[in-house]
Amino acid sequence: MITRELTAAYTIWLREMKKFVRAKSRILGNVAVPFFFLAFLGVGINSSFTLTGNLEGISYLEFLTPGIIAMTLLFSSMFAGISILWDRQFGFLKEILVAPVSRFSIIIGRVLAGMTTGVIQAMVVLAISLLLGVPIYNVFGVLISFVFILLISMSFVSLGIAFASRMNDMQGFQLIMNFIIFPVWMLSGAFFPLDGVPGWLLTLSYLDPLTYGVDGLRLSLIGVSHFPWILSVGVLAVFSVVMISLGAYLFSKTEV
Amino acid sequence: MSMIDIKKLTKKFGEFTAVDGIDLDVKKGEIFGLLGPNGAGKTTTIKMLSTTLKVTSGTAKVCGIDVEKDPDNVRKCIGIVFQDPAIDVELTGKENLDFHARMYGMGSKEREKRIEEVLEMVRLEDKADMLVIKYSGGMKRRLEIARGLMHYPKVLFLDEPTLGLDAQTRRVIWEHVKEINRKEKITIILTTHYMDEADFLCNRIAIMDHGKILTQGTPARLKSSIGADLISVKTAKKDVLEDALKKCKWVIRVNIVGDRLHITAKHGETRIPEIIKTADNLDVKVDAVELHKPTLEDVFIKYTGRNIREEHADPNGMNRIRARLRGRT
Repeated sequence: MITRELTAAYTIWLREMKKFVRAKSRILGNVAVPFFFLAFLGVGINSSFTLTGNLEGISYLEFLTPGIIAMTLLFSSMFAGISILWDRQFGFLKEILVAPVSRFSIIIGRVLAGMTTGVIQAMVVLAISLLLGVPIYNVFGVLISFVFILLISMSFVSLGIAFASRMNDMQGFQLIMNFIIFPVWMLSGAFFPLDGVPGWLLTLSYLDPLTYGVDGLRLSLIGVSHFPWILSVGVLAVFSVVMISLGAYLFSKTEV
Repeated sequence: MSMIDIKKLTKKFGEFTAVDGIDLDVKKGEIFGLLGPNGAGKTTTIKMLSTTLKVTSGTAKVCGIDVEKDPDNVRKCIGIVFQDPAIDVELTGKENLDFHARMYGMGSKEREKRIEEVLEMVRLEDKADMLVIKYSGGMKRRLEIARGLMHYPKVLFLDEPTLGLDAQTRRVIWEHVKEINRKEKITIILTTHYMDEADFLCNRIAIMDHGKILTQGTPARLKSSIGADLISVKTAKKDVLEDALKKCKWVIRVNIVGDRLHITAKHGETRIPEIIKTADNLDVKVDAVELHKPTLEDVFIKYTGRNIREEHADPNGMNRIRARLRGRT
């Protein structure tokens, strides 16, 4: 029974991997967008922007790198989750749902696939940042960053699945893009330090789970943070468990 | 042995009753057809039998297993080909089959062997490693049928297997269905609104309309229940021939319709020589003879009071076919 469920999760994962490797344009996009952000926005702002306070001595490009990793994870994970909608649209979801396996295994397979591609993409962004001259502060820190990378992708793939389970077509997608993904991305402190922002903006940022992901990544990669690490890990861990439960619950209710 | 055993099966969507207390019994090895217009409740019935839709009331057993009590084991013993396409076009044909086999827990050796078998059955061996997006509509359908067979199901459901396909492709699919039924000794339940399809493929048919089964039986029995054959004779001297034929014992009815003489009789084809001979003896010149045997169409009209094709004007039906075509091309 357990073997069967694990096989099912693996099968779902395998399908996503095959499609990921095959979609050349998608891979190119995954590399190009973070590259543009770091090389154009990062390098551009770098020359006229000096960080102060506990961030003194850190270049803007260095500061931005963890934020761009988080951004890449947010977008790719949400898309990975919402891609269930494509399966619904093209009918393949029926084939998946009629198989004699539990819905939970299907979710696990998809989340694992999203996490795998998340790790790959984060490594690509790290490589780009190295090329642009961002140094590695601490090898151990790089390893720790993967804890955050995994938690961020797990959370947002699950959130994507939760949305996709409640939607019947692509109509709602634009809405999610505009009112969930963009605010979560911009409030997360990926682009600016949270230390000096006005109170109302700070409150919103504190409510954004990705803020803790960005902060954790920044701590592990460049050694500075806004929150204590335990808070970042804690918030993200709780958020990811809540999200995966929500995704699994809503997906179990879905009908084709 | 009964592979499908349905008693008083009902499905309600709010106030609307889609399937209204139907009874069915399908034996092992049969090809059983649910024939009816769009919206008759055929797909809803299939969905309940394949555990994708909850039953409102009544019982349904597939392979002897109750669909409500043990849906998991029902799923293991059935294969389904859905009405709308359900393949991943970004994978190859073989990968689609492999995905299915893994989801059904088949081991790697068994998988390999079975993939070859089913591909051969639908003649897709040489397209196995092609991405499905490059397949034609008929090839996609054949792949779906092959996939339905992957895990050695005992019952195969085919929901409108040839909807939206051209005449030649439909023939090919029919041949595959017959062959599968023979080779795999598998019970097949199919839904269709094509009379010719039901007539050609099915051992038994149930005619469905408005959620009810109106009649069921073999195509031959259903057709003969309509009555005898109709022989239409075109001749200038209709009345002379009519008088002569009225005396024949085998003639059930004879009457003049327009410029033709209509003769009703059983086994019409064997009576044509006799009619010609009678006409010859009377020196009546026969211009043309036509034989009309009852079709399932006639059966359908008798039980529903209308032609099945009228349903095609129904906008929902058309949209469904269009959606199908879009997905297939």
